Amino acid sequence: MLMAGLGSPHAPQPQPDHSESAGTIARNSQYGVILFFVYLLLYGGFIYLAAFKFEWMSRKLWGANVAIVYGMALIVAAFVLATLYMFLCRSNHEQDGAAS
Amino acid sequence: MIYDFSWFTFSIFAVFVGSVLGLSFYLGSRAKSAKGYYAAGGGIHWFVNGIAFAGDYLSAASFLGICGMIAFSGYDGFLYSIGYLAGWIVALFVVAEPLKRMGRFTFADALDSKFNSRGIKLPAAISTLAVSIVYLIPQMVGAGALIQPLLGLRHVYGVLIVGVAVTVIVVTAGMVSTTYVQFIKGSLLVIFCSILTVMILNRGLTTNPGTPEHPFHAFKVLPAAELLSTPGLTEIPLAGPWKDKPYVRLKDEQGIITVWRKGKDEMLSEAQYLKTLKAGGTIVNGLPLGKDAGQATLHTVGHISKLPDGKTETGSLGPVDFFNTILDSEIVLWGSETVAEDDGKTVVYYQKPASGSEILTPGNTSTFKGVRSDKIYDKLDFISLMIALFCGTASLPHILIRYYTVKDQASARKSTVVGIASIGFFYILTLYLGLGAMTSGTLDVTNSNMAAPLLARSFGNLLFAVISAIAFTTVLGTVSGLIMAASGAVAHDILTNYLKIDMNDYMKVRAGKIVAVVVGIIAMALGIVFETMNVTFLVGWAFNVAASANLPSLVMVLFWRGTTKQGITAAILVGMVSSLLWIFMSSQAYTVYGWETKAIVPFSQPAIITIPLGFVTLIAVSLLTQKTGTAEVLARPASAAAGE
Repeated sequence: MLMAGLGSPHAPQPQPDHSESAGTIARNSQYGVILFFVYLLLYGGFIYLAAFKFEWMSRKLWGANVAIVYGMALIVAAFVLATLYMFLCRSNHEQDGAAS
Repeated sequence: MIYDFSWFTFSIFAVFVGSVLGLSFYLGSRAKSAKGYYAAGGGIHWFVNGIAFAGDYLSAASFLGICGMIAFSGYDGFLYSIGYLAGWIVALFVVAEPLKRMGRFTFADALDSKFNSRGIKLPAAISTLAVSIVYLIPQMVGAGALIQPLLGLRHVYGVLIVGVAVTVIVVTAGMVSTTYVQFIKGSLLVIFCSILTVMILNRGLTTNPGTPEHPFHAFKVLPAAELLSTPGLTEIPLAGPWKDKPYVRLKDEQGIITVWRKGKDEMLSEAQYLKTLKAGGTIVNGLPLGKDAGQATLHTVGHISKLPDGKTETGSLGPVDFFNTILDSEIVLWGSETVAEDDGKTVVYYQKPASGSEILTPGNTSTFKGVRSDKIYDKLDFISLMIALFCGTASLPHILIRYYTVKDQASARKSTVVGIASIGFFYILTLYLGLGAMTSGTLDVTNSNMAAPLLARSFGNLLFAVISAIAFTTVLGTVSGLIMAASGAVAHDILTNYLKIDMNDYMKVRAGKIVAVVVGIIAMALGIVFETMNVTFLVGWAFNVAASANLPSLVMVLFWRGTTKQGITAAILVGMVSSLLWIFMSSQAYTVYGWETKAIVPFSQPAIITIPLGFVTLIAVSLLTQKTGTAEVLARPASAAAGE
C-alpha cells in the first residue's frame, strides 16, 4: 500500500479521486472542520479540568468519578462524531448523485 | 523475577504465532511485483482496512504499556488511551480527506504533490525514517518483555528473536500480507481483551488474590515496636548510603537481612530488595536469586489492602460497580528506590498504599505529576504531552498511508469509523485490564510492561499463552508495518525520487529489502538499550516527533496557498530536529544515560513548543520565499477550490 509509484521509474502522477463532486467536497470539509472544533472543545475542557481544576476530577459521578466518566465520554464522543460525519457526508453524496 | 518455562504455554504460543506467520507468507507469495510488495493497490475492503487500522495502531505500546501503566499507577495510563483515540479525530476530520483526494501514495508524495521538488522529498523521507525508528523502540522493548516469561529467556534474546522474525517477514512477504496480519491481530486483540474483561468483572475484587496455582505472599505491615522486639531480630544501624533513608534493616539468626520501610503512625511495612553484587551474583530479600531451597525470587505484587465495609471479597461486579468499589478501597502500589552501596547496587521495592480515589484520578506517575503540581513547567509538560497525542496520530506516516489502501473517500471514512469504534472500545477495556492487573497479585514489580500477560496468567496458563501470543503478533504486525514505511521512504523517496537512481522493478524491491534489514538491526540495538522504560512513555516521544515534524507541513499545504517548498522543507527539518534534541536533553532521557545532573530543558514533552515552532518556521520561510513564483502554481486550498 505504500507506493504504487514504485513500480514506475518516475514519481507517480496524481490520481485524483473523482468519486465526489466539488460541492460535496466543500460541504464535507466544512462538516469536518466544525466537528473537529466540537471535539477540540471537549478535549480542551478535559485538559483544562485536569491541569487547573484538579479537585473536580475526583468528584463522584454516576457510580464512578468525573475523571473516568469524562474520559470514557471522550472516547464515546469520538465514535459518535465520526459516525455522524460519515452519515452527513453520505447524504451529501446521494444528493450529488440525484442532481447529476 | 524468574519465569518458568512451560511446554504447554510455549506450544500454544508457537501454534498461534506460526499460524499468523504462515498466513503472512501465503498471502505475501501472491504479491511478487514491486507494486504488490509495497502497495495493496487500493483494493482492500473498508471493513478489513478499518480493523487493520486497529491492528496497526494498537501496538505493543497500547496493549502492554497502557495496561502496565494503569496497573502500576492507576488512571495515568488511561490518559494515553484518551489522547491516542482523540488523535483519530484530527486524522479523520482534517488531514485524511484532502490527502486521499490528492491521490498520492506516501507522506512525502502528498506533501510534494504541489511542487514536485526534490528538496521536499528528502526531509520528508528522513522524517518518516526518524519517526518510524523512534516508534520502533517501544515495540522492540515490548517484544523483549514478552519473551521473558514465555521462554524464560533474557530481554536481549527477546529483542533479537523479534527483530530477526520481523525482518524475515518484511523481506519475504509484503504489504498485502501485513494488512491481513494486522486485520487478524486487531480482531483477536479486541475479542480476547473483551473476554478477559468479563472474567475480571466476574471474579470481582478480593484482598487475597492468591490461587492454589499462584499463592500470594501476604505483605506485612506491623507496628515498629512489635517488630523490633521480635526475638532473634537485630537492627542494622543505618550507615553510609542508607543513612537518612526511611528504612529499617533487620538481620535474623540465619543472617538474612530484610528491609522495612517506615510509614505513618510508627508502622513498618515489608519491602523487597534486589541487590546486584559487584563481585557478581544477585541477592533477593537476603537470599541468592534462584528457585531452589535456600534461594529466593521477588514476590509477585498487586493487592487490595482494604475493601469497602471491611469485606475480604466482593464476588462478581458490574462494570460501574467495579469502579465504585475501587474508589472506596485502598490498594497497595509499589515504589522503588536505588541505594548504591560499596559492594553493589540495591533496588528497594516498597509498599505504597493509595486510596482508590487517588488511583482513579490523574497525576500518580512522574509523567503526569503536572496535574497535581503547582509548578507551571509540570503543567506545561502534561499539556504538551496531551497535545502531542492529539496531533501525533494524524502525522504518523504508517497510519496515513493506510488511507491509500481503500478505493475512495466514502470507503476511507467508513474504515476510519470502524477503526475508531474498535480502537475506542479497546481503550475502554484497558482501564478494566489495568485495574484488574493492579489487583491480580501476579505483577512483576520490576517490569510494568508485563502487566497484561501476567494478569492473564492469574486466570490460568491457557489464557496466558493466548494473550502473550496475541501481544507478540501485535509487535510483529506493527514492527513490520513500520519497517515497511521506513524502507519505502528510503527506496522510493530517497533513492528513486531524490537521487534519481533509475532502478528496475527487481532492483527496487531488493533496495527496499536491504533497507529493511538495516532498519531492523538499528531497531534491535535500540530495543536493548531502552529495556527498562515503560513502552507507552516511549511511544509518547514518537508522537511528539511525528507531530512536530509533519503536522505543520501537512496542515499548511492543505489549507494555506502561500505555502512554499522552502517553507515545507524548513518546517520539517526544524520540527524534527528541535523535538529530537529536546527529547535527548530531557530529564527522562538523562535517566537512560544514567546522568544525575539537572536536565537542560525544563520539561520532557516538547510538542507544546516544537509544533508551534514548526508552524512559525513554515510561515516565515514561505513569506520570505514568495517571490520564487511557486505560490502561483500552488493548488488552492481544498475547501476553497471545491467551493467554486
